[in-house]
Amino acid sequence: MKTNSQVDSGQDAAQPVIEARGLNLVFGTGETSVQALKDINLTIDRGDFVSFIGPSGCGKTTFLRCIAALETPTGGRLTVNGMTPEEARKQRAYGYVFQAAGLYPWRTISKNIKLPLEIMGYSKAEQNKRVAEVLELVELSGFGGKFPWQLSGGMQQRASIARALAFDADLLLMDEPFGALDEIVRDHLNEQLLKLWARTNKTIGFVTHSIPEAVYLSTKIVVMSPRPGRIHEVIDSPLPKDRPLDIRDTPAFIEIAHRVREGLRAGHGHD
Amino acid sequence: MKTVFSVLTVVAGIVGIWYLACVPMNIKGVLDQAQRAGEEVVPDTANARRDAGAFDLVAKNTFAINRVWSVERPRLPAPHQVATELWQTTVMKKVTSKRSLIYHAQVTLSATLLGFALGTGLGILLSIGIVHSRVMDMSVMPWAIVSQTIPIIALAPMIIVVLYSIGVQGLLPKAIIAAYLSFFPVVVGMVKGLRSPDQMQLDLMRTYGASGGQLFWKLRLPSSMPYLFASLKIGIAASLVGAIVGELPTGAVAGLGARLLAGSYYGQTVQIWSALFAAAILAGLLVALLGVIERSLLGRMGVKP
Ligand SMILES: Nc1ncnc2c1ncn2[C@@H]1O[C@H](COP(=O)(O)OP(=O)(O)O)[C@@H](O)[C@H]1O
Ligand SMILES: [Mg+2]
Repeated sequence: MKTNSQVDSGQDAAQPVIEARGLNLVFGTGETSVQALKDINLTIDRGDFVSFIGPSGCGKTTFLRCIAALETPTGGRLTVNGMTPEEARKQRAYGYVFQAAGLYPWRTISKNIKLPLEIMGYSKAEQNKRVAEVLELVELSGFGGKFPWQLSGGMQQRASIARALAFDADLLLMDEPFGALDEIVRDHLNEQLLKLWARTNKTIGFVTHSIPEAVYLSTKIVVMSPRPGRIHEVIDSPLPKDRPLDIRDTPAFIEIAHRVREGLRAGHGHD
Repeated sequence: MKTVFSVLTVVAGIVGIWYLACVPMNIKGVLDQAQRAGEEVVPDTANARRDAGAFDLVAKNTFAINRVWSVERPRLPAPHQVATELWQTTVMKKVTSKRSLIYHAQVTLSATLLGFALGTGLGILLSIGIVHSRVMDMSVMPWAIVSQTIPIIALAPMIIVVLYSIGVQGLLPKAIIAAYLSFFPVVVGMVKGLRSPDQMQLDLMRTYGASGGQLFWKLRLPSSMPYLFASLKIGIAASLVGAIVGELPTGAVAGLGARLLAGSYYGQTVQIWSALFAAAILAGLLVALLGVIERSLLGRMGVKP
């Protein structure tokens, strides 16, 4: 188990990226309190592509925000790379992609991508190098000098992914990043995201409403149920890592989609 | 083209109403003068005319109507009288002359700009404090609001007297009164602007582990720029009002306020009105200048044209 010879931050290859044990989160107190997460147990390993799927209000966003140390759990244990979420943030463990691209309108695309790099104190030369790299990665080379309003919604979302990729976080947290985009753009971005994942070997936590999207992208699908938010079922996908879009017509794909749908239905049946 | 036409129509309407208003406003003065010159007017005593309605007098003395627009000290000067006065006291006078409106405007302008700079600086500092400290939010904001409920016309003499007693006079007291009026819109606008980033933008900065300073310089301040400029435009106009009010209690010999004061001492309504117009034109120019700066800055900040 111990392989401290690994150069980057001494992390153990076998150590889970995310480990939640008996995680609870209650918003507010008294009559109006909401149990957003109840007894969450989950392990995410290095290189996993994990989707969180479930009806609105089942705590998907809240769980992702706990990992990012944007919310503080009220009970249980949560580690990111073996550290507390706050420590992990200080180590730049993750990049976060919100549902809206949230690019700063007063910055060009390049300057938007530089934002985290400026804050983290990268040198000018390093900043320029990385911007060029990630723009290439999300196929936006040549758009660096444009302002956000000059780009389509899909391109803006790609730019926001580039921004999350610019510093070397091994973990990418994405909260319904393509939720506001139309089906065709979404398909394209899903395909690109898979390629990017294969190329960079990152671990990805991905929240979605869409069953096909979850099945197409994931190695692991976490089906959640609401009131209180908990994990109903974790489905490991047997699909190969290399996935063309038409894999969605294969029996294996349809079979998993069916299991997810059943899981969601059963989860809804709770209390 | 269409907008130019509409604007001109409105201006023509206002000028028309103005000319009409001169008739009832000035008729008594015209009749008094006519009687002194030996002409027959109805009724024939000044007392009776004072009790009569203005429209009644107009109806009974139609011969005098065409004189209401050329009275020497009219109650309401006609537009062309004001325009003529403006022309003669600006273009036709050397700027160094005590009778040049440009000279007086420039005296008021320097107090306005200094006050505006002080007020804006104070307003921005206060807004930063208010946004970053709950204590300041709860303690400063109510006082800022209270400060604006006191009529400046009551406060100005006190400020001048207090400052005079500690040996401060001249430009600074006027600038302080101007600052007193202009800091408030800046505080209100900047507090709103600095708080305008939404939760997602704030969360994004948190995920980067940004410090308070970085959050301010990279997110809050740029977000507040449109709000700042809206406030500055109100603030500069308020500064001008403050500078003029600041000239009144001192019996200042120079400045647009001094012109207003001198005009009202000697019943020189044309002078009063031309000083008023000079102030309005000056305010318009200052606001327009801020608009130009705003467009160029926000343009460079990538705001969609
Ligand atoms: N800041 C908050 N304060 C109070 N309740 C919240 C807050 N954030 C989320 N909730 C509640 O927690 C539950 C889970 O929300 P969320 O994680 O956003 O669900 P999802 O992303 O699955 O739609 C919901 O009932 C929501 O109303
Ligand atoms: Mg959500």
